Amino acid sequence: MPTERERRFVGPRRGQLIFALFFVAVSILLLSQIGSQTKWVEKSKLFAQPRFWPAVGLGGMVLLGGVHLYLMPWRRITRYDVTELRKWAQVLEFAVWFMAYVVLVPLIGYLPVTMAFMPLLTWRMGYRQPRMLWLSVGFAVAVVVLFKGFLSVKIPGAAIYEYLPGALRSFFILYL
Amino acid sequence: MDLLQSALEILMRWDVALALLAGSVGGVLIGAIPGVGPAVAIAILLPATFSMDPIVGLTVLLGIYGSSMYGGAIPAILINTPGTAVNALTTYDGYPMTARGEPRRALSLAYSASFFGGMFSVICLILFAPVLAKVAPLFGSREIFLAALLGIILVIVAHRGQSLIAGALAAFGIFIQSIGLEPVKYTSRYTFDQPFLSSGINLIVVVLGLFALSQAFVLLTSEDEKIRMTRLRGGLFQGLRELGRHPRVATVSASFGVMMGMIPGVGEFTAQFMSYTYAQRTSKRPQDFGNGSSEGLIAAETANNAVPAAAMVPLLALGIPGEALTAMMLSVFYVHNVVPGPGLFQNDMPFVVALYIALLILNILVLIFLLFATKSLIQVVRIPNRFLGVCILTLSFVGVYSLRNSATDCVMAALFGVLGYILKRLSLPSVPIILGMVLGGIMEVKLRAGMARVKEPLDFIDRPVAFLLFVAILLVLASHFRRVIRERADLRAAERGVQKSSHRFGNMLGRRRQIFLKDRFKRVRARHAKRLSKFKDLF
Repeated sequence: MPTERERRFVGPRRGQLIFALFFVAVSILLLSQIGSQTKWVEKSKLFAQPRFWPAVGLGGMVLLGGVHLYLMPWRRITRYDVTELRKWAQVLEFAVWFMAYVVLVPLIGYLPVTMAFMPLLTWRMGYRQPRMLWLSVGFAVAVVVLFKGFLSVKIPGAAIYEYLPGALRSFFILYL
Repeated sequence: MDLLQSALEILMRWDVALALLAGSVGGVLIGAIPGVGPAVAIAILLPATFSMDPIVGLTVLLGIYGSSMYGGAIPAILINTPGTAVNALTTYDGYPMTARGEPRRALSLAYSASFFGGMFSVICLILFAPVLAKVAPLFGSREIFLAALLGIILVIVAHRGQSLIAGALAAFGIFIQSIGLEPVKYTSRYTFDQPFLSSGINLIVVVLGLFALSQAFVLLTSEDEKIRMTRLRGGLFQGLRELGRHPRVATVSASFGVMMGMIPGVGEFTAQFMSYTYAQRTSKRPQDFGNGSSEGLIAAETANNAVPAAAMVPLLALGIPGEALTAMMLSVFYVHNVVPGPGLFQNDMPFVVALYIALLILNILVLIFLLFATKSLIQVVRIPNRFLGVCILTLSFVGVYSLRNSATDCVMAALFGVLGYILKRLSLPSVPIILGMVLGGIMEVKLRAGMARVKEPLDFIDRPVAFLLFVAILLVLASHFRRVIRERADLRAAERGVQKSSHRFGNMLGRRRQIFLKDRFKRVRARHAKRLSKFKDLF
């Protein structure tokens, strides 16, 4: 049976204590480094000091985060918190997928990597029907054509494009 | 008249017309897909707009911002899932209308109300622009600092029950904007001798991480939902007629939207809440609210669509964004060396009016598009969640990588994506981080400039606007602390279990009235249910 304080807490219980503890710990750690990571300039007003705004930010983080932690209705980490922590760890897999995509684009090229990345991740997410896989390939081509071809966003040509013959090489570097 | 002509000249270009069309249609589509929202779309498209003219880039982004709420009403009404967060209130009255077989009426009413809200706010602001042009120069460094401080305080206190952690997250935003080389004394701050931190943490990297990547992670780890779609038959023009029957509710709601939109950090939710409460209190049928009331739907949709144009006021007049979306738009100005603020209103008024006219045209385009394309458009609701996550992850790459072609930026965006995911899981707000970053940077510059001319601390508020802003800050803080103290006392009383009803005569009468009203409401509902069942029996 939750207490009145728990009942009135905005948001789910799971993971709140871990997040607040981590937030306050990091804030204190960063605040402890303020002497070495910022400078105090002589003959300068307080508001013009380079240290002033990091101190405001970190002071606010420690103070408000600390009070938030203090007023939290829970004091113990339960198995629900640990399960939530695992749930957070699960998204690291997708962060790795994203980083792999980032690393491969300058090597293999925006179009080929996107055309492989989209169906692979679609497959990983459990869509095995050919319709969905073709749809993902179509979406990949559309994204590359729209952003690099039409909107000319700055995505460099791949290292592999260097091996292509003259005119084709320029076309691939510029548009794909 | 000359001003209007100059503004129209700015807009008379094929690329602006294309931007208007792309922004309006794209915004509606994005709004109609639950789980995407304008913040994700704007974050992804932001770097792509840097290569465009400011008016073209801003028109696309404004188009998405202004039209996404039109689209967001579609899933809110048809499947009880708001397309964007601000359409949550639309589900209260929109979905019950669908449930009783009136989806067409609900949609047409939502479109008409949204159109009215959008047009009303733009016309108000075009008329209001000359006044703004006179008021804006009264804002110097001190006033802008105080307005930014007021904005950040309003954002924090707006998160009821979470103001402490919202404040801590805003402070986190202020801290991360201070990382890097300090621009006046050229000393490094929290770089840990890492070269990639010397230029600081880019706002767009944080925005993309917190909004786009985190949303992709949420979708990728969620289950696909089975959607039962209601069939839509007939035209969608009847809403315009029905809206005409409630001019008071529509006008007051739109006015709330305009007023709340102009105050930094307040926005759609407060406007909706106020207009919905007003509509319910003044309605002849308050019992229908939440059960498919046309007035409730009008109040919710008019108020939220009146906000985007109004939200541009603090951004254009003072250079202070009031919410995450306008904060993102600020970076478009900076990239093109256009500094929004009092100078813009004084020197480039046609540009400001052109933006408002663009919004006006946009509302007309969206309404026409929706009246004819809704039946086909509702199919986008069927896109599976996890596939949508894959698409957003792929699109996020364009946003982050095209900024500086830096893999480090992508790592940072991924880290902020994980942070955004955790915040979403915990129902904690991520907007204070963005506003802390943007307003923190503004406050740093303006405080330094303002204090340079101040001898005594009280001189800081010796100008009328500065004094008014200072008083407003004190009032907001006082009312917040009063509310917090009340809530604490209420909590203690509830914990002790000794909470007693007041014996004051007025309170006793009030309670008696409520009891009476409740019983009366029950009778009215029973009567209506009886009539409905009789009506169903007929068929």
